[in-house]
This record gives sequence, C-alpha cells and structure tokens, in this order.
Amino acid sequence: MSFSDLYVFVLAAFVGYQIITRVPALLHTPLMAATNAISGISLVGSLVAAGSDRNTLSTVLGVIAVTAAMANVVGGFLITDRMLSMFKRATPSKPN
Amino acid sequence: MNREVVSQLAYLAASILFIFGLRGLTKPDKARRGMMLAAIGMLIAIIGTLVKTEIISYGWILVGLVLGSLIGYPLGVWVPMTAMPQRIAFSHMFGALAATLVGVSEYYTDLTAGHGIGVAKMSALAFEVLFGALTVTGSFVAFGKLAEFLPGRPVTYRGQNAVNLVLAAIAVVLFVVVVLNPEASIAFYAMLVLATVIGLFLVLPIGGADMPVVISLMNSYAGLAAAATGFAIGNDVLIIAGALDGASGFILSIVMSKAMNRSFGNVLFGAFGSAPSVATRSAEGLAVASITAEDAALQLAYAHSVIVIPGYGLAVAQAQHQIRELADLIEKNGGEVRYAIHPVAGRMPGHMNVLLAEANVPYDRLYEMEEINSRFEETDLALVIGANDVVNPAARNDPSSPIYGMPILNADRARRVIVLKRGMSPGFAGIENELFYAENTSMLFGDAKASLQKLIAEVKAS
Repeated sequence: MSFSDLYVFVLAAFVGYQIITRVPALLHTPLMAATNAISGISLVGSLVAAGSDRNTLSTVLGVIAVTAAMANVVGGFLITDRMLSMFKRATPSKPN
Repeated sequence: MNREVVSQLAYLAASILFIFGLRGLTKPDKARRGMMLAAIGMLIAIIGTLVKTEIISYGWILVGLVLGSLIGYPLGVWVPMTAMPQRIAFSHMFGALAATLVGVSEYYTDLTAGHGIGVAKMSALAFEVLFGALTVTGSFVAFGKLAEFLPGRPVTYRGQNAVNLVLAAIAVVLFVVVVLNPEASIAFYAMLVLATVIGLFLVLPIGGADMPVVISLMNSYAGLAAAATGFAIGNDVLIIAGALDGASGFILSIVMSKAMNRSFGNVLFGAFGSAPSVATRSAEGLAVASITAEDAALQLAYAHSVIVIPGYGLAVAQAQHQIRELADLIEKNGGEVRYAIHPVAGRMPGHMNVLLAEANVPYDRLYEMEEINSRFEETDLALVIGANDVVNPAARNDPSSPIYGMPILNADRARRVIVLKRGMSPGFAGIENELFYAENTSMLFGDAKASLQKLIAEVKAS
C-alpha cells in the first residue's frame, strides 16, 4: 500500500460522486444492480488467492470467494440488462 | 510484453470502462450500451488477472468460475422484479463475503509465511474484514426481512443501544490491537466474529419500511470493503471499483434518508429509531367520504389530466398491469396520465419505476417528486393507490407530526383525489392521514387489484 493508492481512491470516489448524482431516480434500482455486478471485481483478488497454491486455507477461501464474486458478475450484469431492456419511451426520442 | 504490464493495462482499461458504464446510467436510452461496456471491462479484468505469473494452477479457479456462473445465472434471469430488493441484498452478501475471504486468506498467508505485515497493509486488511463481515450478516438479515423468512417488524429489546455501543467499542479495540501487533491472530479472528455479530444486531432492529436505507448503506459498505481489499493487495482497479460502489451506495443512502426524513447522522451510524406510533391529530369527528367504483370510473373517464400515485401497496397487490390498463383507457378517452413516483415508493431506491416499466408503462410518463409536485394544482384527479405516508399533508403543515418535514407528493392539491385503500389502517409511520378526510377526497375501499379491475370494467362500459 502506498500514498498513490489513496490518491486513486479519493479521485475515483470524486468521479463516482459526480457521475452518480446525475443518475435519475428512475434508474436507481438498475444502478444498484450495476454496482453489484461491478463489485464482482473482487475476482481479481480471489482468483489470485484461489490459484497461487500458497496454502490450503488460502485456496479454499479463494475458491469460495471466486464463486461468490462470479455469481455477482454473471447475475448482476444479466439482471441489470434485463431491467434496462424494460424501460421504453411512449414517444420516440427526438433525433439529436 | 511482460505479463505484469499486461495485467496493469487490463486493469486500467477495466477501470475506464466501468466509469463509462456508470455514466451510461445517467441517460435511460444509453444505459444498456453503457452496461455492455462495463461487462466487457469485467471480462478484460478477469483475463488480465488470469495471465498473472502468481497464478499457477487453474483447476480450482475453473470450479469457482463455473459454480459462480451457475449460481449467478438464475439470480440474473429468473428472479422476478418484485423480488429485486431481497435479490440485491443477497448480492451485497456475496460481494462482502468475497472481500472478507480474500482478506482472511491474505492475512493468513502473510502470517504463516513469516514476513511481517506493515501497519498500512494491516489497517487495510482489518478494515476490509471488519466492514466485510459486518456487511455479510447485515445483508443476510436484510435479505431475510425482505424475503419474509425473518420478522419484518423491528426486533428490539431494552439496552439495545448500550449493547451495540459496547460491541462496537470492543471491535475498535481489537482493530487497534491487531494493527499494532499483526501477530495477534486471536484478536484478528475475534474481530471477524464480532463483526458478524454487529452486522446482525445492526439490522435486526430495523423495520421493513426502512429497508431502502439499509440496502443502500450495505451497498456502500460492500464497496468500501472492496476498496480496502484493493489497498491491502495493492490493486488499483479494486480501489477504483470499490470507491465507485461505495460512492453510489453512499449517495443512495442520502437520497433515501432525505426522502424518509431521517438525519444524515442516523444513516451513517445505522442508528435507525423505530418510528413513533402516536397519532398526533385524532381522526375523531372527521368523516370519510367513500365512493363506489361506478362513480370513481365516471370521474376517471372524463378527467383531462390524471396523476397516479403508486405506493408499495400497489406492488403487494401485484396490480401494476391493471393500473397501466386503466391508464390506457383514460388516454383513449383523451385524458393525460402521469405517474408521480416518491423516492421511497418501493422497498429499495427506484423499485417502483422498475415495476411499472415491467408493466409496460413508458418511462417518460414516470415523474420524480420534484418534477411533478407543482403540477397537482392544474390536475383534475390524483389517483392514490397503496400509498399513505408519502401523501400525508401533515408532513407539510403539522409540526407535531412525526413525519413533519418529510418531502411528500402534493396529492391534496389536485382538484379531486381518489384513494384506493383496503381499510382505514394507518400507514407505516402509524399516523392518521388528513388527506383521507379532506373535502376533495373520496375513498374507494377494497383490494387494490380488485378495485382497479372494477374501475377498468366501468370505464370500458361508460
């Protein structure tokens, strides 16, 4: 861990704040499903724990973590898309 | 090119795609494409990890990936939209579980390998495990309450706050002990266990109606735990995704708490008071005007402008399709139908919008509270279905009311109001609603779905 990690965190949180305050309440449920899917990024940690043959405990915990994170990735992206596909306009949107 | 460089570039690409993905959600018509980008980002990140030199065996990884996909597929495709809140709570549990287990694995590995753990890394690990474990059990309780296998009412006992404070204090002490002395593995595992208990105690006292805040808060905590994982293992894409996730949950918590008239501090510390159950203004001596479906249908058929105010009762009655059918008929008669969506109309942020979209209500007919509140004065008819506290004028004009100050939909300012309601029971906050006794309000009693079906038949006949 280094100070640059802290910069990354603060800047990412700032970008996140700027973007997410602009998400309309209309899409708050898909937003939460989407961040769920993105939280599956803990795969990058769990894959290493599961596959680097460090010790048995690490492998076991790693495999459970991979399973849980992958379930969020697959389920999260599928359900977000399923929800978003239901949002339709009454009048076709004006061409920009 | 060196494998580590490949990984780092993959993570950079993934981070950018995640941000683009979330940005897509600011526009309903760009959202699906945005999420496609985020999914591609995830794929790139996974591949970028699998090429790392540290990974030497792929057998167990494959088992986990396949198993996870098998669990995730039904969670994505088969779960009905009404069950979305509990499904999301369930996912928060999975996300936090993954973060917690990675933390434990990392700690155990470093400890058994004999090389010390620095203060910074240890702090990140301890934070990760504390917040992760708390979110696992907290989300599980939320899931149980929403799926109704745990009691939805608040579970409270005397001295609850004192017990929770003591537990939190012990957790903080253990945190400090293990950060100062990473070898103290008993403190580490004790903190882990304690965090799971705190998670239980934090959410058990919270009632079903407060779940939108809880889910948002758990979303934020799961994100923070993921970001802490990133700090612990020095992985920037984890830090970025965790920060985005944390920010999102945090913002939604604020939005929800404002909509429920709870203070910001209340949300941060999870100290949700149970709503007072005293009726401030007695309903005695006030008369309710009830209306028949026939008369109500007549008013609907000739209204030029109608605003529908759906509440959770509509979702419980599964009457979203009926309301859309009725709206279609009103529109055929030349009336205009809009929907006013209060932020806490469902059991999680934005839930009502999804339920109505599923029933083929076009999203450009769905209006947020701020957009539509000034429009009630010029509206012929407000149709309130299964909503109560969110249309209670006491929030505006009765300083002694427990919901005073809560933002509400100004249904009472419409020329006529028709309220579909099962009986005269008070809302979640347990208080009388003056709207029901107002001069321009008529009550249509009965099950929401049955009443709507009657209205549809009557409007068709008129």
